[in-house]
Amino acid sequence: MTDALLPAEFADLEPWAATWCLPTEPQRWERRLNTSMEEMRAFYDAFFPRAEEAIIWCDRFPLDDMPADAERLLQLLHSLLMVSYAVEVWKQPEVINGGSARIDRILEPRP
Amino acid sequence: MGRFRKPAEGTWTEHYPELGTGPISFEDSVSPEFYELERDAIFRRAWLYAGRAEQLPRNGSYFTVNLPGLRTSVIVTRDKEGQVRAFHNVCRHRGNKLLWEGTPRDAISGNARQFVCKYHGWRYGLDGACTYIHQENEFFGLRKDAIGLAPIHCDTWAGFIFVNLSAVPDQTLRDYLGTMVGALEGYPFDRMTERYSFRAENNSNWKVFIDAFQEYYHVPPLHTHQLGPTPEAQNPEYEFEAAHYQLDGPHRMVSTSGTHKHTWPAEHLYPAEALTRSGSTGPWEAPDVGGPLPGVNPSGIKRWGIDNFQVFPNLEILIYERNWYVTYRYWPTSHNTHVFEGDLYFVPARNARERLAHEYAALTFKEYGLQDCGTLDGTQMGLEQGAFTEFPLNDQEILVRHFHKTVGAWVDAYVREWERGSTP
Ligand code: FES
Ligand SMILES: [Fe+2]
Repeated sequence: MTDALLPAEFADLEPWAATWCLPTEPQRWERRLNTSMEEMRAFYDAFFPRAEEAIIWCDRFPLDDMPADAERLLQLLHSLLMVSYAVEVWKQPEVINGGSARIDRILEPRP
Repeated sequence: MGRFRKPAEGTWTEHYPELGTGPISFEDSVSPEFYELERDAIFRRAWLYAGRAEQLPRNGSYFTVNLPGLRTSVIVTRDKEGQVRAFHNVCRHRGNKLLWEGTPRDAISGNARQFVCKYHGWRYGLDGACTYIHQENEFFGLRKDAIGLAPIHCDTWAGFIFVNLSAVPDQTLRDYLGTMVGALEGYPFDRMTERYSFRAENNSNWKVFIDAFQEYYHVPPLHTHQLGPTPEAQNPEYEFEAAHYQLDGPHRMVSTSGTHKHTWPAEHLYPAEALTRSGSTGPWEAPDVGGPLPGVNPSGIKRWGIDNFQVFPNLEILIYERNWYVTYRYWPTSHNTHVFEGDLYFVPARNARERLAHEYAALTFKEYGLQDCGTLDGTQMGLEQGAFTEFPLNDQEILVRHFHKTVGAWVDAYVREWERGSTP
């Protein structure tokens, strides 16, 4: 498959890649708030058991010189952590008792 | 009987008898008149944290800081000789805001050999001197070498760049910071350069917000989920007690004993905590930053967790046992609004695993911070309702008591000077 986004070893996660390979926290945050819990649980359940393996894969490359597919895998791990708060902690996309508050991440390291 | 030994007086609050133990007023957090006074009495007199030295990596580096409530924008720059300087971000010609991109409201940073005004093209050196006036001979007795940008007092301590908006600061920065905060000089802040920055506009007085970050009494009831995933862990009646409190002039600090999650069994952890080996108190693996670490854990707690230094008026420095740190700043914009800025600093990640540990700590900060932001809007509303005029504070809220007392003292001193005619 030439249009694969992720390393071949993680081909089973391709269905999630187009939605969740997002380079910045503001994008991942918006995506979480606009995705149903069913969809996030499915992503979490599919990816979490393979997360350790994915970290080991990403660790083969220096952070400042990652192949594009490995960098997208790291973005997918970032999204997994973003989704984990909805799935593991709040059981809903929004923070409990967060009111109408917003906190914007305006600077972050990449990738 | 508490978990930690209190001072000989029996409580932390009575250890500092000038604080009293009675209920206190939060009128200082709801009054528009008090807000106006605070601006001049505190924010135009105190040393204010503007940014880190690492934000000026080279000679010619600069950044701007907007102090919205003070109607002030500041240029901080490292000049050709390497000296850090600060100026009002205002052109000497007709007062245009000198440096901005996007919109004049946005802060910027960059590298420059000179500063050029967008309006009529006047130029300034990094030392603030005017170097070029377009059509200089059309002016009347104006010579560029006699004018320049308006300087602002600026000094650096431990890599923290401070500015002071007064004509003549009452104290040098060192004297102002005192011995308790000053003891942190030499802590390896300069090794922790991987930065995550956050910004929020909150509908509460800046002091109401700070109050929630200088006591841990609220943590079990408000941040119940932070305690852990199990029903046993999520006990809102869990009694939090800090191990040590200390006051020094206008500044104050609290040390907590650590939760040291890396020693916990897996069933008391969220799966993502176990995966990333990170969470509320940061990454579990502490990077080697050398040692000993000056100024931290001043009372020598055995299972030390966090030092929370509240540097008057609006800087908080949180230093974690796992060798990372956080700064918070709170900029009042009206009596019931403020801008909150939070920065998390880590020793740079060497690989994806370390980056993910930092990322999870940064997520955790925001998730629980949103509970504080969301709730404190409600505190502000409650205070403005005026149903009560005095509020009880317990011994774990000693820093709240000290803070409002200090704010009141600075405002009183200013008003007295003004009445005597000694304040311009
Ligand atoms: S206002 Fe800056 S050159 Fe005129
Ligand atoms: Fe809180």
